[in-house]
Amino acid sequence: MKRHAVALSVLAALAAFAAAPAALAQKASTQKPVAHKRTPWGEPDIAGVYAEFSIAPLERPVEFGEREYLTQDEYAQFEKQRLNAVNEDVETVPGTQADVHYDMGTFKLSQNEGVTSPNMRTSIVTVPKNGRIPALTPAAAARRDARAAARKGHEFDGPEQRSLTERCIVWPSTLPPILPGGYNSNLQIFQGPGQVVIQGEMGDARVIRTDGRKPAQVLPQWNGNSVAHWEGETLVVETSGFNPETAWRNASEKMKVTERITRVADKTLEYAFTVVDPDTWEQPWGGVYPLTEMDGLLFEYACTEGNYGMANILAGERKAEKDAAAKK
Amino acid sequence: MRRLLTAALVLLAVPALADGVLDKLPRAADGHPDLSGVWQALNTAHWNLEPHVSAYPVVLDLGAQFAVPPGQGVVDGGKIPYLPAALAERDKRFANRLTDDPEGKCYLGGVPRSTYMPYPFQIVQGPRDVIITYQYATGFRRIFVGGKEEAPLDSWMGWSNAHWEGDTFVVVVTGLNGLTWLDRAGNYATANAKVTERYTPMGPNHLRYEATIEDATVYSRPWTIRMPLYRIVDDDYRMLEFKCEPYAEEKIYGHLRKPSSTEGASK
Repeated sequence: MKRHAVALSVLAALAAFAAAPAALAQKASTQKPVAHKRTPWGEPDIAGVYAEFSIAPLERPVEFGEREYLTQDEYAQFEKQRLNAVNEDVETVPGTQADVHYDMGTFKLSQNEGVTSPNMRTSIVTVPKNGRIPALTPAAAARRDARAAARKGHEFDGPEQRSLTERCIVWPSTLPPILPGGYNSNLQIFQGPGQVVIQGEMGDARVIRTDGRKPAQVLPQWNGNSVAHWEGETLVVETSGFNPETAWRNASEKMKVTERITRVADKTLEYAFTVVDPDTWEQPWGGVYPLTEMDGLLFEYACTEGNYGMANILAGERKAEKDAAAKK
Repeated sequence: MRRLLTAALVLLAVPALADGVLDKLPRAADGHPDLSGVWQALNTAHWNLEPHVSAYPVVLDLGAQFAVPPGQGVVDGGKIPYLPAALAERDKRFANRLTDDPEGKCYLGGVPRSTYMPYPFQIVQGPRDVIITYQYATGFRRIFVGGKEEAPLDSWMGWSNAHWEGDTFVVVVTGLNGLTWLDRAGNYATANAKVTERYTPMGPNHLRYEATIEDATVYSRPWTIRMPLYRIVDDDYRMLEFKCEPYAEEKIYGHLRKPSSTEGASK
């Protein structure tokens, strides 16, 4: 590892920390594409390794109303608040459940120690105008409640009752639409003639044709079926045909996602997305955030191969059941 | 003029590449062969790299459709040159293959095993990097072309640096963690292995694949496997997801399940 930091949490976080804060004062993008280098076959070159994380929350705090941007002063304050919140040391009592967690503080780390994208927006969500995700339809709320009811009392029975993330199947932070997650919030983009590859650090690579041709047959996929085309400087990726079990934020298998990726500065892409699913949300919604190019490489995230968490969760519950039975 | 002509050919080649059988070897803008496409091995190397006759399935109840099909092997000279202790270890792994083969747990296949598993893989050749995505376990490799990146840590798929030797794409893989197997018969390499892969176009729709494995801890000399890879030429072919994690859960966590609970397998 000579020139590059590896974005595998610990190493990358340490390497990138020093460089991050200085760049934060810059205003978020204005959606204006910039001319940049081209691929040999003439398409905009958007390849690179990018950081997704910014201090903007997904949904806008209600007090900002319809205001999209912070002032410089607010930004400085907000940044301090957000970073303090994630860095705060919380004392927990040994032997309690609260004491058992992945404490990044133990390693003197926090989730924002990787590259943080400058972003003066008050929220990632920009549609609807209040920056908040629309309410679930009654049908979607009923689906959500039925799922929760079926799980209640069986949360630790077997692997199938655990979340898709714990099962290493899909990550809400890397399937389309990609949203910054708790950690490893990075993605990489590669291009070949007629193809774009998009891979979130935690998740699967999507190899997407850029000829816009929809598949003759759409089979349900955990990450959906993606097709892309170029609109000027913008790569437009349309995804549908999700596995009903993906159920991203309670979505149905009819969810349609449009991602628009545009270079807006030498080291910055803008990632905008729209989500449409009348079976789930009262209205379409979407958002935008910057992707900041980082000087680093992503490392293999072999999830299932190191999934001690699942074994420990189940073994712990079996032990608790045994202890409870012995007490009777 | 020659450059212009090459560029024109590239433009012509792109739609044909998406549309099935090619009649000309596609080339990238830099003049190297364009290996982009979906490829698959068509042999029984995933069962056993060495020559083998047909055999019973690992679980007899699985019957004839899961029996081991015969194959002439893909190893130069037939046998892998194991040191005596390593050969005994291979045989032990073969005996324990039902429980110990990482494929049964949906673990990443490593290199070279991922190449000849019975699933397709897709190459995307860019101007700087070459990406390979494997259908099995959503394996992913970023191959640094002309680079000399060092593996920061060992990993399942290893660390790949490549260069061109004429029309042959040579990939040197190090940083493998040694936890993968080479096939379903217990053949293996350790974390000390260096794998040199060679992808050579045999025509527009075939590649010759060779992998030389060096690992002095288990072999008496470097050895090589060789096989053709076939382009999937179907119109509109898309590599679908084969997320195998759910199918391995009973195997990995079944003993930790609440005894009365429903198994995934019964769904």
